[in-house]
Amino acid sequence: MSSDLASASYLAEGAGPRSWLLTTDHKRVAWLYFVSLTAFFFLGGTFAVLMRIELATPAGDLVSDDVYNRLFSLHGIIMVWFFLVPSIPATLGNFLLPLMIGARDLAFPRLNLASWYVFMFGSLFALASVVLGGVDTGWTFYTPLSTLYANGFVSTAAFGVFIVGFSTIMTGINFIVTVHTLRAPGLTWFRLPIFVWTLYATSLVMVLATPVLAASLILIVLERVFGIGIFNPDLGGDPLLFQHLFWFYSHPAVYIMILPGMGVVSEVLPCFSRRPLFGYKAVALASMAIAVFGFLVWGHHMFVSGQSAYAGVVFSFLSFCVAIPSAIKVFNWSLTLRKGEISFETPMLYALFFLALFTFGGLAGLFLAALAIDVHVHDTYFVVAHFHYIMVGGMVTAYMAGLHFWWPKLTGRMYSEVWGRIAAAVTFIGFNLTFFPQYVLGFLGMPRRYHTYPPEFAFWHILSSAGAVVLAIGYLMPLLYLAWSLFRGAQAPANPWRATGLEWQTSSPPPAHNFDRMPTVTRPAYDYPMKGLTEKRSDPVEDLV
Amino acid sequence: MSFGIRFFPQEASSIAGSVDALFYTLLAFAVALGLFLTVLVVGYAVKYRIGSAADRTGARARSLPLEMAWTIASLVMAFIFFGWGAVLFVRRDRPPPDAVEIAGLGKQWMWEFRHPGGQREINELHVPVGKAVVVSLASQDVIHSFYVPAFRVKQDAVPGRTANVWFIATQPGRYHLFCAEYCGTQHSEMGGWVTVLAPEQYASWLGSQGEGESLATSGGKLFRALGCSGCHGNFSKVRAPGLDGVFGQPVALANRQTVIADERYLRDSILVPNKEIAAGYQPVMPSFDGLVDEAELQMLMAYLKSLSLQSPSFPAAKNEAPQ
Repeated sequence: MSSDLASASYLAEGAGPRSWLLTTDHKRVAWLYFVSLTAFFFLGGTFAVLMRIELATPAGDLVSDDVYNRLFSLHGIIMVWFFLVPSIPATLGNFLLPLMIGARDLAFPRLNLASWYVFMFGSLFALASVVLGGVDTGWTFYTPLSTLYANGFVSTAAFGVFIVGFSTIMTGINFIVTVHTLRAPGLTWFRLPIFVWTLYATSLVMVLATPVLAASLILIVLERVFGIGIFNPDLGGDPLLFQHLFWFYSHPAVYIMILPGMGVVSEVLPCFSRRPLFGYKAVALASMAIAVFGFLVWGHHMFVSGQSAYAGVVFSFLSFCVAIPSAIKVFNWSLTLRKGEISFETPMLYALFFLALFTFGGLAGLFLAALAIDVHVHDTYFVVAHFHYIMVGGMVTAYMAGLHFWWPKLTGRMYSEVWGRIAAAVTFIGFNLTFFPQYVLGFLGMPRRYHTYPPEFAFWHILSSAGAVVLAIGYLMPLLYLAWSLFRGAQAPANPWRATGLEWQTSSPPPAHNFDRMPTVTRPAYDYPMKGLTEKRSDPVEDLV
Repeated sequence: MSFGIRFFPQEASSIAGSVDALFYTLLAFAVALGLFLTVLVVGYAVKYRIGSAADRTGARARSLPLEMAWTIASLVMAFIFFGWGAVLFVRRDRPPPDAVEIAGLGKQWMWEFRHPGGQREINELHVPVGKAVVVSLASQDVIHSFYVPAFRVKQDAVPGRTANVWFIATQPGRYHLFCAEYCGTQHSEMGGWVTVLAPEQYASWLGSQGEGESLATSGGKLFRALGCSGCHGNFSKVRAPGLDGVFGQPVALANRQTVIADERYLRDSILVPNKEIAAGYQPVMPSFDGLVDEAELQMLMAYLKSLSLQSPSFPAAKNEAPQ
């Protein structure tokens, strides 16, 4: 579209605080989330860096044991509930879902804004617990430690997580209804981009699993405040009941976190390979399979808890089953590169690093699903390494891939490609240096959540701590050059990557109503190398690449 | 092992070798698959980089045979590793019959162990080499976890229930004992050493710990002091079930079910006596909840088990239901 005919961008629709805080435009709500989540990411990251500095020596010399326990508890609580769970859905998903399906907004724009206010209200409680003196239960709130013995502000933090759950449910419902009802003409289910499929699968899990978390947190507060016996054996309760309830939510929550990342990578890899996604249907259905199987594996967190050995065997079997759809996806992503025209812009680098790190974390998952090995490495650094490879190496790397991929669409600006590639490489090196040694530590028997440790583990801890510094630099760099690009970056064309997908058919940044003319879809997703979009090739913006 | 850097944990129990065999096989598989994918992806990235002269005809976006092949291959590998891990796992429930039974109690923030002969130690555990040891775990406060990396064993100690962990140490030496389940402020201080001794050294160690009375004897004294013997004794007037040889045996309940009198049943019968009433008896026993602590429960348990040892029908393993 020529620029003089294009409508003003959504960013031009007012600049005052009211225009942001009372907006119902999904693109602006996405920015509200983006700013809040970035703050939480760096807060949680700061706690992690402090922990790693403490662990650089075997003795406890930087902080006391109580402070250390608060650091890892708040790091977990903030990163899981105030960053990872909402991260891609509430920011990129919020911004892109209507654009990708050719809609003007989400199905419930006001609910969308409300979800952000609920999120902020809940996060106030989490921040209050930080300021008041912290929580020392770990992010898992295991009973009876959390109900009877913890000396932190457990109820405050748990209530914050409880409230944020409602925001998650609101987003989930909104996305589900949107995907069902607002798809553009011709956009059938099997023409949807995989990113939409994964958001849909994630939303189902959000809506079905989050209420169980809410119930368990309420039960904790009831026992802690009113002395009602639910988990406390002295009152006739059962501590393991809490673990069952908690993991019934928290294992599916892992898939809430990783599925959207898989979606992002499924967009980026085809675009920079100029190839359709290999085995599109298998990837779409694998996303749904992960969402369903994810509900059946919670007991693999409890192999040594005292749950019956036969339950352990069943949960181990189901855990191996849930690995299959992930393996299928990895093969499909790899084959997508075959016979392509591959270029290595920043989003592609991040996507390739995702592929490596996710595979590495996933393979470690096989060790943990194998019962006899899990008995040894359960609650050691092996587990810490495994889920950081999935959550940070996988999920956060995919988030960075998506952020760079859609940054031109979000802001109308191009960032520095050179700095983008450098940051991607620094992150990759820093990440592996931080977390690979933790696999070795875990196999050697180093338990997690230890403030001090025997000196024989020091070598691997020092490597890990050094890596954490590199990783922190890798995450600070985008903060700087992306912020810089907002003011000085080159104007972004509508479709800088020559990508398929409806979001690239409107201007960058899009107008408030998204599309000047509602699109009609006649082609499958990932119609690379752009055969079906030949009329777009005459678009002047294409020549900028 | 050069420069003091460790890559592999010590192997010092009868199961460590078989667990490691699975670990290293899985590691070999993971490395092989990881290398294959790396070569594939890097190979494609180089060969099909933009502007390269590689032949791009015949590109495909799907291949049913290929997709079926890797799905089935993944399933087969998953089932192999599942089965292998499960077979090694279920033996956790089957301790050898002639094991030394040690009571282990976790509390914030220490491990307390009591040997059959009454010897008591804190954050230290002395065991003989080559002999099966069962540690019967309980917790006084929060969840702890008994973890000896060199033995490849780990078991949570959950308040309100007991759990057994067993091992046969194969190498004399000192090995780390950790608490693996986060248990509050001094979690990382909760632990110590397991010392594995040759049989004769173990015997002399036991002797050097003073002439304490055995756990079962202490339990017997407690049994009388608490008044249990008033009803459960051989000459009591109140009709209560006799307890000679009860441990490990089936008990008929008033509700027509049958349970095995294992540690769980005996513990519940002391703390929640009306939960499972033995058939033919009135529910008149008072609860001892709050009157006995975890350590005393372990003594009572040792006493009740000692009554069973005289029984000729003592089953080899408590999980195997009779007939």
